[in-house]
Amino acid sequence: MKAFLILEDGTIFTGTSIGSTREVISEIVFNTSMTGYLEVLTDPSYAGQAVVMTYPLIGNYGICHDDMESLKPWPDGYIVRELSRIPSNFRSEDTIQHFLEENDIPGISGIDTRALTKILREKGTMNGMITTKEYSDLSEPIERMKAYSVTGVVKKTTCKEKYVLPGDGKKVALLDLGAKKNIARSLNERGCQVTVYPATTAAEEILASDPDGIMLSNGPGDPKECTDIIEEIKKLYESDVPIFAICLGHQLMALANGADTHKLKYGHRGGNHPVKDLETGRVYISSQNHGYVVDTDTLDPSVAVPAFVNVNDGTNEGLKYVGKNIFTVQYHPEACPGPEDSGYLFDKFIKMMEVDR
Amino acid sequence: MPKNNDIKKVLVLGSGPIVIGQAAEFDYAGTQACRSLKEEGIEVVLLNSNPATIMTDKDIADRVYIEPLTVEVVEQLIMKEKPDSILPTLGGQAGLNLAMELEDAGFLKKHNVRLIGTTALTIKKAEDREMFKETMEKIGEPVAPSDIVENVEDGLRIAEAIGYPVVLRPAYTLGGSGGGIARDPEQCREILENGLRLSRVGQVLVERCIAGWKEIEYEVMRDGAGNVITVCNMENIDPVGVHTGDSIVVAPSQTLGDKEYQMLRTSALKIISELGITGGCNVQYALHPESFEYCVIEVNPRVSRSSALASKATGYPIAKVAAKIALGYTLDEIKNAVTKKTYASFEPMLDYCVVKMPRLPFDKFISAKRTLGTQMKATGEVMSICTNFEGGLMKAIRSLEQHVDCLLSYDFSHLNDEELTEQLHVVDDRRIWVIAEALRRGFTYEQIHEITRIDVWFIDKLAILVEMENALKKGPLTVELLREAKRIEFPDNVISRLTGVSQDEIRRMRKENGIVAAFKMVDTCAAEFAAETPYYYSCFGSENEAVETSGRKKVLVLGSGPIRIGQGIEFDFCSVHSTWSFSREGYETIIVNNNPETVSTDFDIADKLYFEPLTPEDVESIVDVEKPDGAVVQFGGQTAIKLTEALMKMGVPILGTAAEDVDAAEDRELFDRILEECEIPRPAGHTVFTAEEAKKAANELGYPVLVRPSYVLGGQGMQIAISDQDIDEFIGIINQIAQEHPILVDKYIVGKEIEVDAVCDGEDILIPGIMEHIERAGVHSGDSISVYPAQSISQKTKETLVEYTRRLARALHVKGMINIQFIVSGEDVYVIEVNPRSSRTVPYISKVTGIPIVPLATQVICGHKIKELGYKPGLQPEADYIAVKMPVFSFEKIRGADVNLGPEMKSTGECLGIAKTFNEALYKAFAGAGIKLPKHKNMIITVKDSDKEEIIDIARRFQAQGYKIFSTAGTAKALNANGVKALTVRKLEQESPNLLDLILGHEIDLVIDTPPQGADRSRDGFIIRRNAIETGVTVLTSLDTAAALVTSMENRAKELTLIDIATVKNA
Repeated sequence: MKAFLILEDGTIFTGTSIGSTREVISEIVFNTSMTGYLEVLTDPSYAGQAVVMTYPLIGNYGICHDDMESLKPWPDGYIVRELSRIPSNFRSEDTIQHFLEENDIPGISGIDTRALTKILREKGTMNGMITTKEYSDLSEPIERMKAYSVTGVVKKTTCKEKYVLPGDGKKVALLDLGAKKNIARSLNERGCQVTVYPATTAAEEILASDPDGIMLSNGPGDPKECTDIIEEIKKLYESDVPIFAICLGHQLMALANGADTHKLKYGHRGGNHPVKDLETGRVYISSQNHGYVVDTDTLDPSVAVPAFVNVNDGTNEGLKYVGKNIFTVQYHPEACPGPEDSGYLFDKFIKMMEVDR
Repeated sequence: MPKNNDIKKVLVLGSGPIVIGQAAEFDYAGTQACRSLKEEGIEVVLLNSNPATIMTDKDIADRVYIEPLTVEVVEQLIMKEKPDSILPTLGGQAGLNLAMELEDAGFLKKHNVRLIGTTALTIKKAEDREMFKETMEKIGEPVAPSDIVENVEDGLRIAEAIGYPVVLRPAYTLGGSGGGIARDPEQCREILENGLRLSRVGQVLVERCIAGWKEIEYEVMRDGAGNVITVCNMENIDPVGVHTGDSIVVAPSQTLGDKEYQMLRTSALKIISELGITGGCNVQYALHPESFEYCVIEVNPRVSRSSALASKATGYPIAKVAAKIALGYTLDEIKNAVTKKTYASFEPMLDYCVVKMPRLPFDKFISAKRTLGTQMKATGEVMSICTNFEGGLMKAIRSLEQHVDCLLSYDFSHLNDEELTEQLHVVDDRRIWVIAEALRRGFTYEQIHEITRIDVWFIDKLAILVEMENALKKGPLTVELLREAKRIEFPDNVISRLTGVSQDEIRRMRKENGIVAAFKMVDTCAAEFAAETPYYYSCFGSENEAVETSGRKKVLVLGSGPIRIGQGIEFDFCSVHSTWSFSREGYETIIVNNNPETVSTDFDIADKLYFEPLTPEDVESIVDVEKPDGAVVQFGGQTAIKLTEALMKMGVPILGTAAEDVDAAEDRELFDRILEECEIPRPAGHTVFTAEEAKKAANELGYPVLVRPSYVLGGQGMQIAISDQDIDEFIGIINQIAQEHPILVDKYIVGKEIEVDAVCDGEDILIPGIMEHIERAGVHSGDSISVYPAQSISQKTKETLVEYTRRLARALHVKGMINIQFIVSGEDVYVIEVNPRSSRTVPYISKVTGIPIVPLATQVICGHKIKELGYKPGLQPEADYIAVKMPVFSFEKIRGADVNLGPEMKSTGECLGIAKTFNEALYKAFAGAGIKLPKHKNMIITVKDSDKEEIIDIARRFQAQGYKIFSTAGTAKALNANGVKALTVRKLEQESPNLLDLILGHEIDLVIDTPPQGADRSRDGFIIRRNAIETGVTVLTSLDTAAALVTSMENRAKELTLIDIATVKNA
């Protein structure tokens, strides 16, 4: 069946419908990863967004449910050049076509994803619609598109109840802001007992469990929308428990300390972004997925200082909190998808917890 | 970390002559690296014995030595030039081996020369099998169970312990030379014996056979600060068992999930870190198709064929970055030259699919085995880029220049199902065509996968192509069907063949419905950042990104496609220099080519690069977008020349010599008329179409005659016939290679072969020099030793040559380059071939005369006159030096290929010897070609009857050099009767010990074997030559070559004089 991707600037791409035929309006973002489409699809940070894969051949190795980063796919829509007719991999349990249908994710294939990416790069992230309906007049849908904004997504993606991943090592409280599974897994694999808390959990409850460390996860949406959570994070900051934060968690910690965040023109989404450790000068290739960034000009240097910077565009990629056992990064040391180069940060966190005790 | 300021003068080692396993990729890497070094103000001293390379140009390095790549030469050069550093990672295995020898001998330390880009320890850790294994074990990286052996018995014992089949890999050899898979002790013994001898250190690795696993490669980089990145990964469609150089390769990997991709990526980065490489490195993996188990197969701590491919596939210039790293820069300090915004410390992301296909030489070696294994056989490769795999494969197929354009090009329909199943087991270059036929028959994916171990994802893609063939055959050709066929890159001519709809009609349908090629940019970052470098590929069903620029006049330079025998790196040299000259003339330059190994496809050579097949349709799509003011075809060899007609139809003016005149040189009747008008004799001959006509012509002319197809490269299909029987055989062979053009039958004249390259501006000519071949006529010019200036012809003959060249160039209205081959018999001069284009000898003659012929020709094409370019027309004064160009062969790599030299070209590369005297030049040329004699001082001579008189003196001279001569009865008798002592050995069919035992006894330096005239039907001679070649014995099939070799041995100088080519000036 024919499908259309309509952007709020009026651009129309015509392709073939994949997944659900349901009409959807969302924020359109692109991801440049060449592998890891299932990890992307199941990354809760994409809640409220429709993802364009710049790599043209998707679905080649099928679906392996073990690779899911959460219980279900989150994007509102999925935009690809081509879906493989058959999957081929020894772990494949399903086809991507079926997976999208089963999860009611609308999508479009057969479009020039590079041309689309260039539009998003030039004009910045914008809203769009995936539909199988042929509109003769675009003014009405464009109005609806313009009215769309990504909201309430942290509450949508966080776990409903707290749960525990048992371990013999350090006790880590993980605040799930829309967390990818591999954050908990990375800690758990290093022996930590990980207690995962819903995003709305009060700081007092977390602190009452006397954790060795607190981990703030990644998550979707505009960080400034999370005003309640920021309040709780302020309390966690004051607690002196070692804290490691990733992505949204990193932004919220900065906001909790008076800094500001702003939206990037088209974000960083992919597995090839170089981040430089300002202390050692070492550059690591990182997995990234963020549309907002901490504005370092608004940082109080007596509270926090930049620790990592993006080599490409100079934006902030990590902070070190002065006089605190707190460090936060904008990128994804848990990888999945993407490079595993920054996994050492989890070791660093564990060391920090050990020293602290 | 900023640049290390202690590095001021760097010696760069090149890789020497092009041989299978070490080809143009090192010229690409070397050229890029030298430019990168010069950009930093470093003084570059270059050593490479290969004169056909761009890196040996004085534009590229400050001091250029085209000298043999031997330890003695490097030592001497270091003492002469006193570089502070040596960069050995750009010259392939040859460069690394040399650096290691110097390091081991303590020479570098003694002379305060440091290795940059790598360390001796790094090289050892990566190259020494035992140390490599230890290193991998230390960091927990798995390697296949294996052991190194230094003798056959140990090898057999280890193989038994590991269990057959086992893979055998000799240490320190090129392209897996001498290796193979042994399935039983007998095979194991055979490969071991050969491999131990070929290994520089006499070691062979016996390894668990992991054939059938997925073969995956990673190109990784590391800087001195320890930062590491992956440039690209690649998946071989052919599973482990076929050398990656002979595999169809796709980038990025297609069937790996993120978990597998990252697992291997992490492993590759761990390895490069542990090895401490500063620069680029290639890691090859075998990945179990049904688990996460993997083994590291090999690590190349240097730039390689794969790194060239990865550079072209991603736009990331590995060699350039590696050179900067060698100077001390870190990745985050080096700009990404493509985006000019980001830095080298990132990982390229592709938004397209790259397919590489090997160019195999079986069209040249029809008797050779086509099977592919761990020994690389390809002479070159092509790459294509598309947004889907099917399209990438289709584009690669038609880029190969071997009369294939789709999956129907090799016909296996005559096989029954059983035979076809059998054929599926055969691993050769036609395997995907066999699979396509199996799919047409309804074989299941699983059946095919079971046999071939090729991943079903790729089989499905082949099935999609087969389904499209069927849909087109069934018809009707609707717009939608056409759109889909074009999306997966079916060329119009194939669609036409399958549907019966004319190409013009298809083109009309396409244009009416907007089904036209769009061009996309290779930008390293999947469009995340705006890129500055116009490097394009085409696809259908997309938005065009190539912006038509205007202002300057625009020239389209057509490249020469894959490196194959007969059309080598020389034409890339010409294309690149022509491009640079056009640029200096104020033109906007556009290169079209499909060879990932070459300099011409580097993104900053021309103003724009189109990485596309060189077919009329593909070129037309570019023309439609770019609307060039002209095209130049005379520098890209036959590949470009063949496009002339099509370009004219498109309305693109051909710059330089007109198309009619190119035709006139090839059309026998027209050409005869021109020769007649010019009063130039040529050997009598006829144009024929059938064997009957050919025999009639031959008898009329009198045998021997030369038989050849017109419009071919490197004498393909050319043979000397001495009987009607020969004619029948040759015409049969010619017809096998899809001949659309007539066949030429010429009288064969014995004489000296002379070659001239000239530039003509329509009136005046400029001849840089006259070259003379050592081998008499009958040996292809590309396989002959060529000497400049000609040594044995009279002044009068020279004048005749110049006059004939002038007459011909004028008669053919040449504007630009012309190449003429003559035969000189006494004072008589005959023309045997005229090519109104740039030839194989152009780089060589440019370098040894110091005359920049290609730039001159380009200026002439642009309308300048020779007189205004500062040259006096005519033959230029001879240089002070004598230069000898020596052909280099790769016979040991191609099982079953006959090494007998004849009119069909067989060499893969060349090297140069340049010196003040002929003898020293000759000695250097042989040394450069790797012929280092004497060793055991035993030789075999067996010659045909007509050579028995002539061999006597040559044999006597070898004897004087201390050689013990073995001969078969006839030759021995002739020698002994003339006072040359020769021991008689038995022929092959006779009982042991016979000739073969002698050869296999590893004590023979040299075989001189001249097979009877015509096709060599003697199985004996063939077996002797093959066995000799495969055991590393030098084989000569021409007495002239043998005489030259003994001359060089007689005059071996103690100390060579090294000549800086950059200082050679035309007197």
